Amino acid sequence: MTIGDWLTESANWAFLFLAIPTFVASVMVVSSRNVVRAVLYLVIALGGSAALFLMLGAEFVGWTVVLVYIGAVIILFLIGIMITRAPLTKSVDLSHPISAKAPAALLSVLLFGVVAWAVVESFGLETIPLPEEATRTGEIGLSIFTSWVIPFEVVSFVLLAALIGGIVLARKDEPAEVP
Amino acid sequence: MMTIIQWILLGAALFSVGLYGVLTRRNAVLVLASVEIMLAAVNINLVAFDTYLSDPAYTGQIFALFVIALAAAEVGVGIAIILMIFRNRHSVDVDELDLMRY
Amino acid sequence: MDGFWLAALKVLIAFALLFNIVLVLVWVERRLVARMQNRIGPNRAGPAGMLQTLADGLKLMFKESIDPRRAQLGIYLAAPVLALIPALLIFLIIPIGAPITIGDTTYDLQVTDLNIAVLYFLAMSSIAVYAIVLAGWSSGSKYPLLGSVRAAAQMISYEAALGLALVPVILYNRTTSLAEIVAAQGGTFFGIFPAWNIVLIPSFIVFLIAGFAETNRAPFDLVEAEQELVGGYHTEYSGFRFALFFLAEYINLFNISALTVVFFLGGWHGPVFGPTFLQYLLPIFWFLLKTAAVIFVFIWARASLPRMRYDQLMEFGWKRLIPLSLVWIMVVMVAVGLRRFGLPWS
Repeated sequence: MTIGDWLTESANWAFLFLAIPTFVASVMVVSSRNVVRAVLYLVIALGGSAALFLMLGAEFVGWTVVLVYIGAVIILFLIGIMITRAPLTKSVDLSHPISAKAPAALLSVLLFGVVAWAVVESFGLETIPLPEEATRTGEIGLSIFTSWVIPFEVVSFVLLAALIGGIVLARKDEPAEVP
Repeated sequence: MMTIIQWILLGAALFSVGLYGVLTRRNAVLVLASVEIMLAAVNINLVAFDTYLSDPAYTGQIFALFVIALAAAEVGVGIAIILMIFRNRHSVDVDELDLMRY
Repeated sequence: MDGFWLAALKVLIAFALLFNIVLVLVWVERRLVARMQNRIGPNRAGPAGMLQTLADGLKLMFKESIDPRRAQLGIYLAAPVLALIPALLIFLIIPIGAPITIGDTTYDLQVTDLNIAVLYFLAMSSIAVYAIVLAGWSSGSKYPLLGSVRAAAQMISYEAALGLALVPVILYNRTTSLAEIVAAQGGTFFGIFPAWNIVLIPSFIVFLIAGFAETNRAPFDLVEAEQELVGGYHTEYSGFRFALFFLAEYINLFNISALTVVFFLGGWHGPVFGPTFLQYLLPIFWFLLKTAAVIFVFIWARASLPRMRYDQLMEFGWKRLIPLSLVWIMVVMVAVGLRRFGLPWS
C-alpha cells in the first residue's frame, strides 16, 4: 500500500483532519509563552483526542474525556493559574533555558523514533476495522461490573484518597484548640 | 483502509511531546498539563488497540476510563499541592523547590 | 444526502424556535417579576410590551462595543461566542414532541437522539464554564476575575450534584437516550397516575436546585452579584457582546427547564385526543406547557428568594446535596435490583 492508496480512503482524511490539530495543539502546550494560552491549547488537544475516540466508536470514552478532562480538569488548571497570579501577558520563565531544552528535545525525538521503529517492524501495514456502530454503553458497564469489578473498586478508593488528600492539603491549618 | 500504525504513531508523537514538556517546563501547572498530554496519548493507544482487537469485553476502553479517573485524581491532588507550595513560597517554579536538597 | 438536508432543516427550525422562545421568555420574566414586586414592567413596545426584548436587542446591536485596554483581545472576543455554543448544542438533543409519521417515514421531533445523551448534556454544561472563566480572566479587570473564579468553583461543585441526580433516572429507566427516557415514562401507575420519573422526588429536587446553580440564577447568582462584583464576569462587556451572554443565559434557562421536564415530568406525554393533526400538536403543547411551568418556578424563586452567601452556597452543595444524592442513589439501586432480581434469599 502506498501513500496514494492510503489517501484515497475518506476515513484517513478524517483522521488527518483530527490528528494534525491535536498534535499541533499539544506542541503549543509545551512551547507557548503564555501560561493561560498553553492551557487553552490543551483544551484543543484533548478535544481532538475525544473526537478521535468518537471516530473509533468509543462514544462513552469520548464524551467522558470531554466531561472529565475538558469540563473539570482544565478548569482546575485555570483556577490554579488564576490563584497563583499568572501575568496576563507573555512570561519568560515558563520553561527551562535552551541548554536544558536541547537534550530534552533529543530524548523525545529518540523515544519517538524507537517506538515508531518498533511499531512499524511488528505491525507493518495491518489494518484496523472501523466499527459499524458505536459501542453500546451498556456493554461497557456490563464488562466493568463483571470482568473488571475489582480494579473498579480500587479506582474508587484512589478517588476517595485523592478527595481526602485534596481537602487536607488545601485547608488552612486552624490553631489547635486549647482545652 | 486505516492502518493500526497511524494511531500508534500519533500516540507515540503525543507521548514524546508530553515528555518534552515535562522535562522543559518550569511552571508546575504546565508540568501537570504536559503529564495530561502523555496520558491522552496512552488513551489513544488503548482505544485504538481495543478497536483493532475487536475485544468483546472492551478492555481497552475500560482501561482508558480508569486512566481518565486516575488523571482526575492526580490533578486534584497536584493542584492542591501547587496551591500549598504557592501559599508557602509565593512561587510555582519547580526549580526553586529545593528546600529538601541539603 | 437526504438525511443531511433533513438534519440541516431541523437545526434551522430548532434555532429559529429557540430565538423566538428567548424573546418571549425575557418579556415574561420581566413582566412576572414586576408583577411580584408590585410594579408594571415593560408595557410600551408592542401589545403589553411584548416587543420590548426585540427593541432592547436592536439597541444593544447598535451600541458601541468597547475594548478594555488591558483585555486579551482574542480570548475576550471569543468568550461570548463560547457562551452561546454549548447552550445551542444542548437544545439539539431535547425531544419536544412525539415522533410524527408522514407516509412511511417517522420524524423525531428532536435534532438528534444520542445513545448517551445524558453524558452529552453534562459534558456540554461543563463546557459552558469556559465562557465565564475566560470572559472574567481576559477582561483584565479585578471584579470580572473574582466573579469568574466564583463561577468556576460553583459550577464544578453543582455539576457533581447535577450528574449524581441523573444517576437514579438512568438506573430506573435503564437507558441514557432522552427519547427512550421519555418513552419509558409513558404508562400509568394503578391506571390513574402518570408514570413519570417524578417518583424519584429527591433526584428531582436536587436536579432543580443544581439547575438553579448551573444557570447562575437567583438565589445562586453570586457570579454576577451586583452589590459585590459590579456585574460579575461580564462587567467589561458592552453592546452586542453583552447581548450574546444575555442570550446564552436565557437559552440555558429554557434548556434546564426543558430537561427537567424530559427527565422527571414525562416529557411530551399528556392526554392526546382528536383528529390526527391534534395528536401531533398536543404532545408539543404539553411539553411547552410543562416547560413553562418549570420556568415559572425559576422566575418565582428569583423574585422571592435572597441571594445566598458564598460559603453557604458551597457548604449546601458539598455537604447537603451531594451526600443526599449519594444516599438516594443507593436506595434506588437496591430498589431497582430487588425489582429485577427478586430478594437475595428467594
